[in-house]
Amino acid sequence: MNILIVGVGGQGTLLSSRVLGKYASLTGKECKLSEVHGMAQRGGSVVTHVRMADKVYAPIITMGEVDVLIAFEELEALRWKHYLKEDGHLVVNSQKIFPMPVIMGLEKYPEDVEEQCKSVKNCHFVNAVKLAEEVGSAKATNIVMLGAVCALCNMDKEIFAQSVTACVPAKFLELNQKAFSAGYDSVK
Amino acid sequence: MKKLMLTNQAIAQGAYEAGVKVLSAYPGTPSTEIAENAAKYPELYAEWAPNEKVALEVAFGSCVAGVRSMACMKHVGLNVAADPLFTGAYTGVNAGLVIVVADDPGMHSSQNEQDSRFYARSAHVPMLEPSDSQEAKEFVKLGYELSEKYDTPVLLRTTTRIAHSQSVVSCEDRVELENKAYVKDMRKYAMMPANARPRHVVVENRENALKSDLKTLNGVNKVEILGKELGVVCSGAVYQYVKEVLPNASVFKVGMVYPLDIEAIREFSKNVDELLVVEELEPFFENQLKANGITCHGKDLFSLQGEITAETIKEKLFKTAMPVPASAPVRPPVMCAGCPHRGVFYVLNKLKCIVTGDIGCYTLGASAPLSAVDTVLCMGASIGMAHGFSLANPEYAKKTVAVIGDSTFLHSGITGLINCVYNKDTNTVMILDNSTTGMTGHQEHPATGKTLKGEDTVSVDLVELCKACGVKRVSVVDSYYIGEVERVIKEELNAPEVSVIIARKPCELLKKGAKPVAEIDNCKGCKACMKLGCPALVAGADGKVSIDSTLCVGCMLCAKVCKFNSIKLVK
Repeated sequence: MNILIVGVGGQGTLLSSRVLGKYASLTGKECKLSEVHGMAQRGGSVVTHVRMADKVYAPIITMGEVDVLIAFEELEALRWKHYLKEDGHLVVNSQKIFPMPVIMGLEKYPEDVEEQCKSVKNCHFVNAVKLAEEVGSAKATNIVMLGAVCALCNMDKEIFAQSVTACVPAKFLELNQKAFSAGYDSVK
Repeated sequence: MKKLMLTNQAIAQGAYEAGVKVLSAYPGTPSTEIAENAAKYPELYAEWAPNEKVALEVAFGSCVAGVRSMACMKHVGLNVAADPLFTGAYTGVNAGLVIVVADDPGMHSSQNEQDSRFYARSAHVPMLEPSDSQEAKEFVKLGYELSEKYDTPVLLRTTTRIAHSQSVVSCEDRVELENKAYVKDMRKYAMMPANARPRHVVVENRENALKSDLKTLNGVNKVEILGKELGVVCSGAVYQYVKEVLPNASVFKVGMVYPLDIEAIREFSKNVDELLVVEELEPFFENQLKANGITCHGKDLFSLQGEITAETIKEKLFKTAMPVPASAPVRPPVMCAGCPHRGVFYVLNKLKCIVTGDIGCYTLGASAPLSAVDTVLCMGASIGMAHGFSLANPEYAKKTVAVIGDSTFLHSGITGLINCVYNKDTNTVMILDNSTTGMTGHQEHPATGKTLKGEDTVSVDLVELCKACGVKRVSVVDSYYIGEVERVIKEELNAPEVSVIIARKPCELLKKGAKPVAEIDNCKGCKACMKLGCPALVAGADGKVSIDSTLCVGCMLCAKVCKFNSIKLVK
């Protein structure tokens, strides 16, 4: 299974990839993760690759071979959706963060992002920020997204929940458990 | 115990298992996490040095004194440390020494994409290159064995895709080693002409010995004979892509990049109809093979630039058409909302200064709309280049400002400043002191008062340091008070001697807890605030600006440039 997590630097994509890495090891799969650090983390477009299978070679996913694309931001969904397989899942957090060229008025944030994304057969928008705020904090947006991914991709809910528990700080455990369930229930 | 580990973490684990006692490093993407992880082992002493040259000298000192040692840096850091590397190749070691160098093909977070393999060749030092986390750990341990057996420092090379990917690692126990006795031996360790000449002979003999032993080093290079049509020579991350895209090809996986086992590759080539070298950046293997009469393809197909991925191999070999991306506005990195550097660059841009820049988060002062930076060359170059501008045209001294961060100033800015004072420049240097090494993820440095291990220590006083360099005009301003920043810059540009302005404010990301938020009421749409390039300020279709409350941290820089007093702080 190839999962690509995309977003804007600072959105918490690294934690999500760690949860998925844990999920892979709990399900007995070999796993490779590839992360971005350094300059791109400063508000740039960031991408994390997660691969799990019986045997994994490359740490990054080849274009056109992504099973699940988790987009934390709509424009990033658009930027990366060509990485998806024909029947791959596109799971998008309904949030727009304007890049600097748009803020400066040099370029336009495409108005038809949602429409373009929906050209993907399995496309799902999740209002993850709102759901996270409802369970306590917008900081849990990433875990809401994972809950939705778990449900949409028929992954093992119990093992997934265990993976979340293993990766989040103890004092935020309850918040993140609620966030996971909120994401899961929102698409079931 | 098996664990999913970042390769940089696995390198630290390898150092731990190999009984390493001293590690010294300077942060640099993609190498930073090695030292950060090493610092977590109580048995292993790990420190941040002010720069890579010092880090390597420290590691040389401790390995000569008898303990296994490691120095870690990014590719451009090895340029800084090249001086001790080349002569350290002559002295050799006592206990083992491994130098980790992390290359960045594709320049994810670097100013160039030089190929460090050439350092191994020109310094005559062996170099290993792993393909995943587990192998990185094994190669660290092998590196120490080779280092001690052949009396040489050993280079371990990674690239971004290896350094920053995670895969499973089997962890083992640490070997506790007795310190080796240190015996004074000037002919080996005191390199002056009379001693260095015979050591150069030793270097050559050692390399020849290693070359003839290569075939006995089982498992360093791996030969996988599969199909007969194509044989591929590759290393590092590229090996993984080759396995993915060419499952039926025979593969010679190079683990020891230098010295290259050319005879083994010649044997391998006899098993295949066609030999292909797939390597990122320079034709390092290819040229050596061709020089030895081995026919192969390589850079006739692949570029010298950027990363090679599975897509690249598919495109070049099979002409596979890749899916076309949707058109989307680019999202370049930006200074964070609340970044203390922003106001300084706003002022420098407004004053139309020539700004010689440097390496760090503040390199982003070159991005629009701030667009304030004229040059970025290497760590510490801002100050030397500003002096060069003054020399080329004395008028430039009145409008040139060298801008450098606190960590970068301590890395290699000080010597440039001394040069300005000594050679009677009149230019202006700004140290943007955000009290951390920002871009690489907030590492301590000699002016933060904390060590890598988190202990309290002496904090270098930048004001006193500049004064001790002979600078009489040293002023300190708060980066958020841009009116004052502007006044001081104007004053110091006109001063008839070198001045240093320290613009001080801790990095916004270091602040924890709830932050205030600004709000715009009755915006007139003049867009003066948009010149700040703050990601929290968004101009609507009606031309009026609003503030994204999820990004704003209430620094109130926008309020300072608003001509209509429309921006207020809310809790």
